[in-house]
Amino acid sequence: MATPAEPILEVRDLVKHFPLTQGILFKRQIGAIKAVDGVSFDLHRGETLGVVGESGCGKSTLAKLLMALERPTSGSVRINGRDITTARGGDLKRMRRNIQMVMQDPYTSLNPRMTVGDIVGEPFEIHSEVAPKGDRRRRVQELLEVVGLNPDHINRYPHQFSGGQRQRIGIARGLALRPEIIICDEPVSALDVSIQAQVMNLLESLQKEFELAYIFIAHDLSVVRHISHRVAVMYLGKIVEIGRDAEIYDGPTHPYTQALLSAVPVPDPEGREQRQRIILQGDPPSPANPPSGCRFRTRCWKAQEICAEQEPALEIRPGSPHSSACHFAEVRDVVGSG
Amino acid sequence: MTEVLSAPSGGGTHGGALLEVEDLHVEFRTRAGVAKAVNGVTYRVDAGETLAVLGESGSGKSVTAQTIMGILDMPPGKVTGGQIRFRGVDLLKMPDDQRRKIRGEGISMVFQDALSALNPVFPVGWQIAEMFRMHRGTSRSEAKKKAVELMDRVRIPAARDRANDYPHQFSGGMRQRIMIAMAIALDPEILIADEPTTALDVTVQAQIMGLLAELQRDSNMGLILITHDLGVVADVADKIAVMYGGRIVEEAPVHDLYRRPAHPYSKGLLESIPRVDLKGHELYAIKGMPPNLLDMPSGCAFHPRCPYRRDNCVTDVPALYPIDGARGSACHYWREVLDGDSR
Repeated sequence: MATPAEPILEVRDLVKHFPLTQGILFKRQIGAIKAVDGVSFDLHRGETLGVVGESGCGKSTLAKLLMALERPTSGSVRINGRDITTARGGDLKRMRRNIQMVMQDPYTSLNPRMTVGDIVGEPFEIHSEVAPKGDRRRRVQELLEVVGLNPDHINRYPHQFSGGQRQRIGIARGLALRPEIIICDEPVSALDVSIQAQVMNLLESLQKEFELAYIFIAHDLSVVRHISHRVAVMYLGKIVEIGRDAEIYDGPTHPYTQALLSAVPVPDPEGREQRQRIILQGDPPSPANPPSGCRFRTRCWKAQEICAEQEPALEIRPGSPHSSACHFAEVRDVVGSG
Repeated sequence: MTEVLSAPSGGGTHGGALLEVEDLHVEFRTRAGVAKAVNGVTYRVDAGETLAVLGESGSGKSVTAQTIMGILDMPPGKVTGGQIRFRGVDLLKMPDDQRRKIRGEGISMVFQDALSALNPVFPVGWQIAEMFRMHRGTSRSEAKKKAVELMDRVRIPAARDRANDYPHQFSGGMRQRIMIAMAIALDPEILIADEPTTALDVTVQAQIMGLLAELQRDSNMGLILITHDLGVVADVADKIAVMYGGRIVEEAPVHDLYRRPAHPYSKGLLESIPRVDLKGHELYAIKGMPPNLLDMPSGCAFHPRCPYRRDNCVTDVPALYPIDGARGSACHYWREVLDGDSR
């Protein structure tokens, strides 16, 4: 794993609150959805950071903030040392060249009335300095070849491709501007099982070839483990645990991570009668009104008084060799690998 | 707030064959041509048994289930052959009014997307109570009482108050519980669950699968679990039917299939699961893509993607060859697949 001194992406105390308003003419703010509430991490060149968490935990809002598609309430996102959250106009445009996105649903993220050539070539329209006009067709064909599609299909429309092929088109579009960072928001979850592995392999080989850094957002924990160097676990807008993949999967210290990992069905029926499973009760609380102190305490079996009073910081603790946001962090092997 | 449960125990009591699907053929007449969705599916489920039907989109697993339930849209769908016997009687030959009686009381179904399966303009308690009013002629107040009991049974907190809420007021997991409550209302003997947890988060998925297993234990239902998730299957199934291109390509008790698959497709699926010890290596990927139902490959439908392919695979459709009694594989070269290096 490549870990040069300077991170390519630095996220510090990122916060995004969506206001909740009441009234039609005179809108009053009556509260806020705390979608992302104080997230910090670094990403290095050629590295993959997996982000896992359940729906509503703020993963996708985080992705939008990193792309500067949403403006944060506070906090900073530095790409190569420059803050994208305050950039405007031409500056912002240049910075966005460096951070691109692959979307979840290849059926709705490609315009059905554009040919593949137009879709993959559209980034060149916006950033015309990257490829001169006469050169674009050739560049698009190169990109199609890189992602394993037939370059002769440049004039076809999205509906003429299967789901896996469409995801490849989305990846080619993401690669067009030669970014250093690609955010993959659930890139394989809409695909059939037999196709998922093909797309994962493509993402991995592209990473090696172009030294790409990935933010890999997914809810499938085994997929995340396979591709990630480091993993961040999110719950209600906060990172509750972050560390190298083996640290998180083999020695999770936050109760939520432990519950999440133990809930994943293991694709092996051997010994299933003995398997211990932590089943969380209820649903996550509303991000509009998160619990005081530790946000997980309402579903946690370790919760004590201190959890309601003091918010646990994300830090290395006596019971946790990597950063964990739990007062009672303690290693527990829940998957039973040994 | 948390209880530690162990996974449900495998193995069920085998009575007579409660539900038997035999050589079922279903096709769809579309403008582009005839799509052969189900091409001779045969399986059986007994009381207390869990059959997992595993397959990708377009493999025909849901169409088979819809045909069993009698909720397939006809046209464009058309059953072109086969039998579905419930307690020995062919459902496909049954008049509509009798079949309606079996729906709900004999066989019922839980769908993937509870939000679109529930009616948005009626309270959930009313929708559950409808089962009793329609099928049993129960009075309104009595039916409502039973609905609340059922909501309790599927562990919806404060069931009495929440019975008057509408589907959109519930979370995804709670909506799925309401669907399950409706499905088990009339004590069916067979429950078909079509991707019951696919739309849910992992922690909620574990809750719902636990609930289904518990209900099955209590009432000795036969459960047909339709899914594409190899993890869920390994957790709850007694036996597995793997579908590809509208056929069952492998059928086996759960332990046998995971230990030693006998069809190249099931083997490929198992090998493409990311494993801890193979991190950093390329994942095994089944090459190519699923077949086009309008234009099925000749011979074995899997042959364009198969590493074991020989010449006769292109021309001869393999039958489901029996392997030591309890299993079957629709591959001419199942012996080679079975003896190949196992996981």
